[in-house]
Amino acid sequence: MVRRILQGVVGLLLLAQVSMAGAVLSIEIIGAGEHQIPVSIVPFGGDEEIAQSINEVVTGDLRRSGLFRLVDPTGKSPHQPAEVSYPDWEVRGAEALVIGMVAVQDGRIEARFRLLDVVKQTELIGQAVSARENQIRAIGHRIADMIYEKLTGDQGVFSTRIAYVNRQEKKSSLIVADSDGHNEQIVLTQNEPIMSPAWSPDGSQLAYVSFETGHAVVYMQSLYSNRRVVLANFRGSNSAPTWSPDGKQMALVLTRDGSSQIYLSRPDGSDIRRITFSGAIDTEPHFSPDGQYLLFTSDRGGSPQIYRMPVKGGSTERLTFGEGSNFSPQHSPDGKSFVFAHLNKGRFYVAMQDFQTGQMSLLTEGGWEKNPSFAPNGKLILFASEARGRGILATVSSDGRVMQHMFTQSGDAREPVWGPYP
Amino acid sequence: MKKLIISIVLVNFLAACASEPKKEPVADASAPVVKAEAPKTAPVTPAKAAVDALDDPSSILAKRSVYYPFDVSVVQDEDKPAVQAHAKYLSEHANRTVRLEGNCDERGSNEYNLGLGQRRADGVKKMLELGGAKASQLESVSYGEEKPRATGHDEASWSQNRRTDLNYAR
Repeated sequence: MVRRILQGVVGLLLLAQVSMAGAVLSIEIIGAGEHQIPVSIVPFGGDEEIAQSINEVVTGDLRRSGLFRLVDPTGKSPHQPAEVSYPDWEVRGAEALVIGMVAVQDGRIEARFRLLDVVKQTELIGQAVSARENQIRAIGHRIADMIYEKLTGDQGVFSTRIAYVNRQEKKSSLIVADSDGHNEQIVLTQNEPIMSPAWSPDGSQLAYVSFETGHAVVYMQSLYSNRRVVLANFRGSNSAPTWSPDGKQMALVLTRDGSSQIYLSRPDGSDIRRITFSGAIDTEPHFSPDGQYLLFTSDRGGSPQIYRMPVKGGSTERLTFGEGSNFSPQHSPDGKSFVFAHLNKGRFYVAMQDFQTGQMSLLTEGGWEKNPSFAPNGKLILFASEARGRGILATVSSDGRVMQHMFTQSGDAREPVWGPYP
Repeated sequence: MKKLIISIVLVNFLAACASEPKKEPVADASAPVVKAEAPKTAPVTPAKAAVDALDDPSSILAKRSVYYPFDVSVVQDEDKPAVQAHAKYLSEHANRTVRLEGNCDERGSNEYNLGLGQRRADGVKKMLELGGAKASQLESVSYGEEKPRATGHDEASWSQNRRTDLNYAR
């Protein structure tokens, strides 16, 4: 039964992908939230006349979250509150209803919509969202965010972007896309590897590692102007750039003084100060949300594990124990936990650990699951995985219940990282 | 890979055409009279003036890769003679420079593997320096897991990727 539903969903998605010009990720959903909110979304009046259906974006976003059950509105198309007969929707099992109208004027699109509580028969949201004609998807994402926030209590991430590396044979491309895979922007494409993309806190820059000069060098590139600067080009390998949450400093990894060690610098790469002195491999630094601590990977204890140290110096604490190795730590946005890649008996898992209890849980089934990063609302984790023999991107909800697989059209997707709120 | 196969095939054809016993290295046509001697059974000592040992496919210097067990960065015993031979060669040819490129299999994060590859390359660099090469002749870099020679999820592929390559500048 579940499988048939999933197959139906996949079928719908594949159909949807074919009809969406420019869609480069096809998305499969596995699993469902503990309680799915039944919501019915009536295509807005005028939706068929605009270049991109807002309805398609909104329903796609809410469905992909795994937290909603979309109730088909067939046979009914109210656009105004006066046209709504609540019993029609109660009998369909919907708890919430979305209706609206779209108008085009002078190159601008305005969508006016209402979110209605079917049970209480009240209006929860009444809003107008407008944007330029070529920004219809952004309107849809904004509406989905508002619905999501009102019905779940959490901030939506449908308007955010992700960055990842696509690899096809020798060709590597660094790509920025909407969190649903649309609006791909190629930041860099070349026949030498690219690694470790990182977002600046304001979303305007990406730092990354490129091998175009023959060894690992850290660059920072503006997503608006495409201008880029070298942040670190010392001998050996320069890598793992990451910003502090206030944007005032960066951490990165250099081998210029021997083995891989962690250094701080100004956001322009100047004023470099070494902060680890282990002689082991210390790498993958990640700032806590309050900017006070760094999580990092180190093999100073004999195998790669997760450690934490104060940015200003002080004692380093080991956080992961037990069987296996652990890599790539990232703090949760609320600072209470962290995700990381756990390797045990040849399988990579996405794992999460609570700082207070030290309790670790596995969020995935194990395979080649690496490079986890949190969405800015802390509810979803993006990571690299494999399916059908290809590198893919995947997300899992922080409770482990809902998973998505995101397939690029060609090549292997890897090293994804979720961007900030716009 | 294709170029390597083609050149191997060509070399074999050349050897066949020359109709000489296969033991001896392919000498170049401008070699001095020494070559006209009757074929001996003992291996030919490298004629320093004629053939650069670096171009000699039967020399120990033809071995340009050093391999490692999982998560290990120390040069293994079976590779030490080759590394020492390269060190000696470099000490005798001050104009030669070599790039040491460390690589890993995929069983780690990309960043950790970048560090491990660097440690491997640095280990070979140190051994070369101890064997007489000058620091200015050596550069050590890492490709981590980013440039694998083999891409299977199995030891047959992984064992090929856990290596440091000695890449001489031409």
